[in-house]
Amino acid sequence: MLRFAMRRLLASIPTLLVLITLAFFMMRLAPGGPFDKERSLLPEIEAAINSAYHLDEPLWQQYLRYMGGLLQGDLGPSFQYAGFSVSELIAQGFPVSLAIGLSSMVLALLVGGAAGIWAAMRQNRLGDWSVMTLSMAGISLPSYVIAPLMILLFAVTLHWLPAGGWEQGRYLDMLMPVLALALPQIAYIARLMRGSMIEVLRSNFIRTARAKGLPERRVILRHALKPAMMPILSFLGPTAAGVITGSVVIEQIFGIPGLGRYFVQAAINRDYTLVLGVVIFYGLLIVLFNFLVDLLYGALDPRVRVE
Amino acid sequence: MSPISPRKCLSRGLACLALLLAGPLQAAGPAGNVLRIGNGAEPQTLDPHKTETVDGSRIVRDLCEGLTTVSPTGQTVPGAAERWEISPDGLEYIFFLRPTARWSNGDPVVAEDFVAGLRRAADPKTGSSYAQMLEPLINGPEVVTGKKPPDALGVEAVDDHTLLLRLRGPTPYLLGMLSHTTTFPIHRPSLKKFGDQFARPGNMVCNGAYLLDQWVVQSHVRIKRNRYYWNNARTSIDTVVFYSTEDVNSELKAYRAGDLDWATGYPAVLTPWIRQNLKGELKMAPYLGISYFGYNVTRPPFRDNIKLRQALSLAIDRDVIVDKVLYTLSIPAYGWIPPGTEGVTPQTPEWAKWPQAQRLALARKLYAEAGYSEDNPAEVEIRYNTSENNKRMAVVVAAMWKQWLGVKSTLANEEWKVFLNTRKLKKKTQVFRSAWIGDYNDATTFLDIMHSTHGQNDTGWGNPRYDALLAQASAETDAGRRRAMLEEAERILLSELPYIPLTFYVSKNLVKPWVKQWQDNILDYHYSKDMRIEGH
Repeated sequence: MLRFAMRRLLASIPTLLVLITLAFFMMRLAPGGPFDKERSLLPEIEAAINSAYHLDEPLWQQYLRYMGGLLQGDLGPSFQYAGFSVSELIAQGFPVSLAIGLSSMVLALLVGGAAGIWAAMRQNRLGDWSVMTLSMAGISLPSYVIAPLMILLFAVTLHWLPAGGWEQGRYLDMLMPVLALALPQIAYIARLMRGSMIEVLRSNFIRTARAKGLPERRVILRHALKPAMMPILSFLGPTAAGVITGSVVIEQIFGIPGLGRYFVQAAINRDYTLVLGVVIFYGLLIVLFNFLVDLLYGALDPRVRVE
Repeated sequence: MSPISPRKCLSRGLACLALLLAGPLQAAGPAGNVLRIGNGAEPQTLDPHKTETVDGSRIVRDLCEGLTTVSPTGQTVPGAAERWEISPDGLEYIFFLRPTARWSNGDPVVAEDFVAGLRRAADPKTGSSYAQMLEPLINGPEVVTGKKPPDALGVEAVDDHTLLLRLRGPTPYLLGMLSHTTTFPIHRPSLKKFGDQFARPGNMVCNGAYLLDQWVVQSHVRIKRNRYYWNNARTSIDTVVFYSTEDVNSELKAYRAGDLDWATGYPAVLTPWIRQNLKGELKMAPYLGISYFGYNVTRPPFRDNIKLRQALSLAIDRDVIVDKVLYTLSIPAYGWIPPGTEGVTPQTPEWAKWPQAQRLALARKLYAEAGYSEDNPAEVEIRYNTSENNKRMAVVVAAMWKQWLGVKSTLANEEWKVFLNTRKLKKKTQVFRSAWIGDYNDATTFLDIMHSTHGQNDTGWGNPRYDALLAQASAETDAGRRRAMLEEAERILLSELPYIPLTFYVSKNLVKPWVKQWQDNILDYHYSKDMRIEGH
């Protein structure tokens, strides 16, 4: 197990290196720089700024400088937010995205999983069709449609919830973003779970369990659930990384100070270091989640051995 | 591994969710005398000498105070200086600071703080985008370009409460300019202690009516009343929260839900609905800004082709643009300097008074004289930065040109930074979208950017007479003669037309009825200290 973990982690280093290098040079290839603005700077001032951020050095030297800093855990200063370091911004944005992302993933797993099992047990009957129709609607309706509608209903019309923001850190602020983020995931998970559960329910070992006279609830929860979770796990790895690092649309609409917003704003503003910082962070999370999913495969299915 | 029962799994999952939801559960939201503002984009810095956005400056003006400040009606009034004297030649200004002025930690505000602030803003090492604004001071141009050290700048502390500014030429707009954030003082010990991070909560020491309490990037900036402010007794609002609202749709919803007291932005397309449903809450006033299309006069077809430039400008019906594209949130522009700007009477071409049919007749005549016809139409590209409003504007203008002159237009949009780059290079552009908001209320803030050497002049246009008039006006002590020079400069601009004036800006704010003493002004400056919240 330890060897497997070490091997996986070592194998991820070149992947991350390629990712960082590509991101570094792609950002620099984009026309325009971090200090290009509507109001032009005097050449002398521009030169002073470029020198302060080492942007006057050859690109390879900037790359080596960045990698050198990275080895010491320094993600550099943000170009856009003067006086803030990239690590500081990530440390500020990530817990917010994590709280919303994790809550929505847990909600999606619970509701989507239950709905999928329920539908599978009623295959081709009214219950099944209703769940699948609803989930199709959930997949088809993007968050940028659902979220404003929710705000209109719950904030503007009913005045039950705040329209957005994060100032108070109240759980009320989280309700709509979590729900809006979870809805499409619930729909995906319900469909995946239904398909996978139907397949498992047709297996020989389930037939055996039923033949032994086990109650249906026990058959489902004890015997069928674990193998039926496999496709959901594959889906969860990258999705969790994506959701937890922040949904740009949800964060923008609800005015939430999460990582997703940083990413987009940083790319638009050519905040090279912030983009790179978020890319590295996101890359690390993907590697980590995929690793965890692989470990979970082994735990759920004895046929998948971790060596 | 012992199997976990599904029930346990479910209960643990629910517990986890409950924990996550309960995690950030804290005290209830803002209560009491709080002003909540939808402030637009996230401020990039609250450093008064580096802030450059409208949104960031709005916060900094509440935090810090210059020698002068702006009254609710837009007049320049004493700020940290209680009075001043101007030498007869207009080259020396002596400011007498208020003995009661204090920093937010209780330290007295002294003349050296203003000296340090001005020198820091002018120093190229600071990287202030507004450093050029300090060029009227003695040695200003040399200091901002690094040719002389910051100490050479024409500013001097005569004693703790007396400050002397020495100018290269009479600068009638100087007093107004001294309410701009670039000229604000600096608390030297905090700058020394915290360096680049001095403008952060806990570090920042300010001399304005408020002090910085909290800053959550991409969420909000919260400021609280500064009890050391010299006029604190007249401040009514205790706390102001500036929310980052990049998405104007969300901003309007938050305003309608009662989560914001003042929204600085909303989707233009909803203006008719707002007029009907939020009567009395929409505040609109003329604003120091112009939206225009620049011509790249260094390339064909606009190089040395004034007639084509004029024909295209004449063929645009600004009234249609204002009514249909901008929902009356603008004023038709025919000149360069917005109405209400001090220092000149804004000039307009004769044809601005004509009916549209007469303008079109002249447009066709000039178009033909420029060598174009139905069989040989001009081919023009309009380039703009990607945005729905810019696209609508470009489409409408292209349609007018096609309909009235037969011009074949193509539209090209680019992402903001790419567009800025393209515009500056002047290699691809023909007609490009641009806009300018004045830094202070004087004609020169607009005329200067068309100077042949100004970094903002992406048209490539230059006229020696125009440049000379600006130079003469900057040295002129007689207000009447200065006015005449600046007006002549604008007339040159209008006759050679290196740009198409489209619309003058209008400030637009949504303000709840319980926010009192909110007044419109041409600078769109609204200090929280001047407002009150009543009946909410």
